[in-house]
Amino acid sequence: MGNGVAAMTAVFSLNDVTFGYDRHPAVHHLTGSFVAGSLTAVVGPNGSGKSTLLKGMIGILAPLDGRLERNGLRQRDIAYLPQQAEIDRSFPISVIETVLLGHWRTIGLFRPVTRALRRQAEEALVAVGLDGFGRRPIASLSAGQFQRVFFARMLLQDCPVILLDEPFTAIDARTTADLLAVVTRWHGERRTVIAVLHDLDQVRKNFPEALLISREPVAWGPTAEVLRAEHLFKARQMAEAWDDRAEICRRSVA
Amino acid sequence: MDPYAALLQPFIEFGFMRRALVACLALSLGCGPVGVLLVLRRMSLVGDALSHAVLPGAAIGFMIAGLSLVVMSLGGFIAGLAVAVLSGLVARATPQREDASFAAFYLISLALGVLIVSTRGSNVDLMHVLFGTILAVDDASLLLVVSIATLTLVVLAVIGRGLIVECFDPGFLRAVGGPGAALHFAFLMLVVMNLVAGFHALGTLMAVGLMMLPAAAARFWVSQVTTLAATSSTIAFGAGYAGLLLSYHANLPSGPAIILVAGGVYIVSVVAGPRGSLWARFLPRRHLEA
Repeated sequence: MGNGVAAMTAVFSLNDVTFGYDRHPAVHHLTGSFVAGSLTAVVGPNGSGKSTLLKGMIGILAPLDGRLERNGLRQRDIAYLPQQAEIDRSFPISVIETVLLGHWRTIGLFRPVTRALRRQAEEALVAVGLDGFGRRPIASLSAGQFQRVFFARMLLQDCPVILLDEPFTAIDARTTADLLAVVTRWHGERRTVIAVLHDLDQVRKNFPEALLISREPVAWGPTAEVLRAEHLFKARQMAEAWDDRAEICRRSVA
Repeated sequence: MDPYAALLQPFIEFGFMRRALVACLALSLGCGPVGVLLVLRRMSLVGDALSHAVLPGAAIGFMIAGLSLVVMSLGGFIAGLAVAVLSGLVARATPQREDASFAAFYLISLALGVLIVSTRGSNVDLMHVLFGTILAVDDASLLLVVSIATLTLVVLAVIGRGLIVECFDPGFLRAVGGPGAALHFAFLMLVVMNLVAGFHALGTLMAVGLMMLPAAAARFWVSQVTTLAATSSTIAFGAGYAGLLLSYHANLPSGPAIILVAGGVYIVSVVAGPRGSLWARFLPRRHLEA
């Protein structure tokens, strides 16, 4: 690993990184790092590049420019909950089988599911408030219950780094509270959690760190500092539009 | 006619009927689960496309080596696989979706096949490629069909979990670093293999029927992947048995008879199956307490 303290503890280091689509930036010249064990909320208006940033960090999207260091993190060390999973919700599979997929690192394609692994899956279901739901087909679940199932699966994945893309959008208050408790538990276990969120009160209450972006980074640091009125105002001012005739960006790459 | 004469005698009396029945059993065991996975992956029409794609390969095989089982099967397998691979590559390398690229390549392949068949149009043997000859299945082709069924079941047992996850939640499989593309390709290979097995018995046009109709019907009866596969294989074999009897007694061509029986089972399932059928929709039973 690197020499400096920052390099030792950073899970993701971004050095003037730009992510985007068709050469148009969605996250423009972002520099900073996510420290190991930190709990960070990524906030900003719609279309400000929050989801793009997460996709870039797990490697679905390559940077258009700049450097992203994952500091020895392997793909399987990252659990990722996409905003809209391309999941087939009518698929004939039970809740417990879905949760058991979280054991993928252990069972992979070929190894058997032991009784101990199954018991862990059942415990994960209890932890997310779905005790007794194991045998139900997933097609019978509500949106909130589905999100609980995904969290149970992530519990089993047991990853040091967890990325959540709008995990509480269209989820009721009670489910959100239960799942926030899981997030807090992960933070207590020194896992690095990065969540894209919209509810600023929720961020203030539960997330010590925040990153405010609006295509351009606006502020990054302790939540109280970041979510100040002038920062939020600045974030709202930035244009969402993508310009077909945009010039080539001349800002130097460090 | 007594039941014995109607239901058993043809198979006891005639070797070609017995062989046809065994071929149907082997086809059903392979096609049942493969068809269910095709339906679950929303690729029902891809099976159809691939069955047409097999044609030019089989025809070229016929031109090279005459009515040789091995060469025609190999040709069909290569042609089907080429269409599957090219469509997959286009779908992964460009924004075009797989259904469109499949349609494009199978049409090219089909036109090529028709071109080859029509230059040798007068040949009766080549009609067997199109319409099948299940009543003339010889030992060699029986061995081929049985081998393919065996290989299919073994491969499915080995990669079944991966196929189901790749179908249910492909994003998750990518995120945990699973071999999604390799699984998809292995599955397409199984589809092509089973279609090649089917075309000896039922012809390229009918082969896909024994794969899709039972799988589509099974969804109205059961709702787990394993039971779906078992139900689908059972329906397929039942259709094979009944279709063979129908063709024997009524003196009808066997391939279409088998597929039509399977089609009949499908229609009955849509109307009267216990899960999501028309019956369940329009004559619902009273709701439960919780």
